[in-house]
Amino acid sequence: MADDLDQIFVTIAHSIVGLFPGLWQPVVSAIISISAIIGVFASLFAVTTVFERKGLGRIQNRYGPNRVGPFGFLQPAADGIKALIKEDVVPRSADKVVHFLAPLAVVVPAFLVYTVLPIGRNMVLADFDAGVLFFFAIGAATELSVFMAGWSSRNKYSLLGAMRAIAQMISYEIPLILSAVTVVMIVGSLSTTQIVAAQAGYHAIGLPNWFVFTPWGFAGFILFMIAATAETNRSPFDLPEGESEIIAGYYIEYSGFKFALFFLGEYMGMFAISGLGITLFLGGWHAPLAALEFIPSWAWFFVKLLAIIFVFIWIRGTLPRLRMDQLMNFAWKFMLPMALINIISAAIWHFMPPGYERWLVGAAIAAVSYVLLGLGLMHGKKLEKRTYRYAE
Amino acid sequence: MNLVFAIIAAVTVAAAVAAMTLRNLVHCALALAVAFAGIAAVYLQLGAQFVGFAQLLVYVGAVAILVVFAILLTRGSEQPQQSVLSSGWAAGIVVTLAVLGLLVFAIAKSSVIRSAAPTQPDVTVRQIGEALMNKFVLPMEVVGLLLTAALIGAVIIAMKEEGKK
Repeated sequence: MADDLDQIFVTIAHSIVGLFPGLWQPVVSAIISISAIIGVFASLFAVTTVFERKGLGRIQNRYGPNRVGPFGFLQPAADGIKALIKEDVVPRSADKVVHFLAPLAVVVPAFLVYTVLPIGRNMVLADFDAGVLFFFAIGAATELSVFMAGWSSRNKYSLLGAMRAIAQMISYEIPLILSAVTVVMIVGSLSTTQIVAAQAGYHAIGLPNWFVFTPWGFAGFILFMIAATAETNRSPFDLPEGESEIIAGYYIEYSGFKFALFFLGEYMGMFAISGLGITLFLGGWHAPLAALEFIPSWAWFFVKLLAIIFVFIWIRGTLPRLRMDQLMNFAWKFMLPMALINIISAAIWHFMPPGYERWLVGAAIAAVSYVLLGLGLMHGKKLEKRTYRYAE
Repeated sequence: MNLVFAIIAAVTVAAAVAAMTLRNLVHCALALAVAFAGIAAVYLQLGAQFVGFAQLLVYVGAVAILVVFAILLTRGSEQPQQSVLSSGWAAGIVVTLAVLGLLVFAIAKSSVIRSAAPTQPDVTVRQIGEALMNKFVLPMEVVGLLLTAALIGAVIIAMKEEGKK
């Protein structure tokens, strides 16, 4: 019974494909998987916008949307209709073709990367031999689309926003990939399904065999999620938008549904990179406890995804935006050396015999490098309680 | 020649032609990025997954951005007033034909096309990695050293000189 539920979507897809003649089956199978991914994650996007606005409202001591539908949960439908019927304003001096193509170039790669995410047992659209590389290769194409949006608008704020976004994305892509390299080293494969398979099983003390529960995996996961926050332009790394400085960054000249597409692409990118973080470090679709394995694998993936989204919303409501120099210093003086040390730590873990010694060594490397790099970043800065002259 | 290859080839060639003939430099750079992606698609269609993804990552993700930055930081994105064709186009055609003739001659003489088409090897990323780390470890290290030297050189050039004001 549990197995039936676990494989229910796979079974349904197979039975639908079985209705078609042999020649059509690969095409039909692909169309079913693609429409499932687009449907599920676009609905998740709608739900997340409500949760985000309500969660931020809660953090900031206000209500958030509560008028449309029960508890305001039909707000995304209203927003979508509003975006569709709004006038599409294109600046007169804008580069029409590039201006039109940019939102599409943001959304298409954002959806493409879901191809390699295993969202359940036997539920991956394409199991590439170089799946992780595919994810990063497609993700890198987003930078160009951000530039297209910023440049084609012919607006200095949007160009500034695009430049900020590209500088930030290039800087944080390096720690992002380097922290993912540790997992690839230990598993010995770039395939996402094999990485998930390597995290099956449980430790003697009941903890699951996930990579986040190793010293290098823990450090790698934290680095990965920080870099992912920067990569998806989420607060506190939302300088490319910077409402108070450059109004809305590279999508300042977009209105109506094109703006909604940017919004969609941003959230899709956030879900996808969280999904990759789950796949690499949080055991993919594996259950956290052996006793909980009766719950279907795809449910675990989405539970973990929603947990990470919750943390993203929490961080957005809590932390102030960084300054540009702080952002760059943090990327190059802390994240990059930390990720490199973490790779060495993973190599030591690989060659030491299993036992508590390698836990101690790994934890010591992570702690010492964190403290030293943190001190280096703080060097020459006066940190004391902020005093206010007028407000108190 | 199948349909998929025909589509990919048409898009790639069209983008390459556009990269050379469009007036606006940024448009040319974007068309060049499309051509890069088309070449990646050709690699993927030939079953070379690793090369295809690496092409996307390096060329579309990094080189295209570099080209765009170089255009914006140097001469701006103003459209040129005169024709995009350079005045020495006649000499250009001669040079192009000469290079084409040389290439055709060299390929026709080579033994590669006379040998039978090799069966497609089933190369995995693991094999590529092992080849890089065992057989080709020295060239890889040399390339790594060269890139590090280039990186440090770039930083030194970009650094402000302290003494001179």
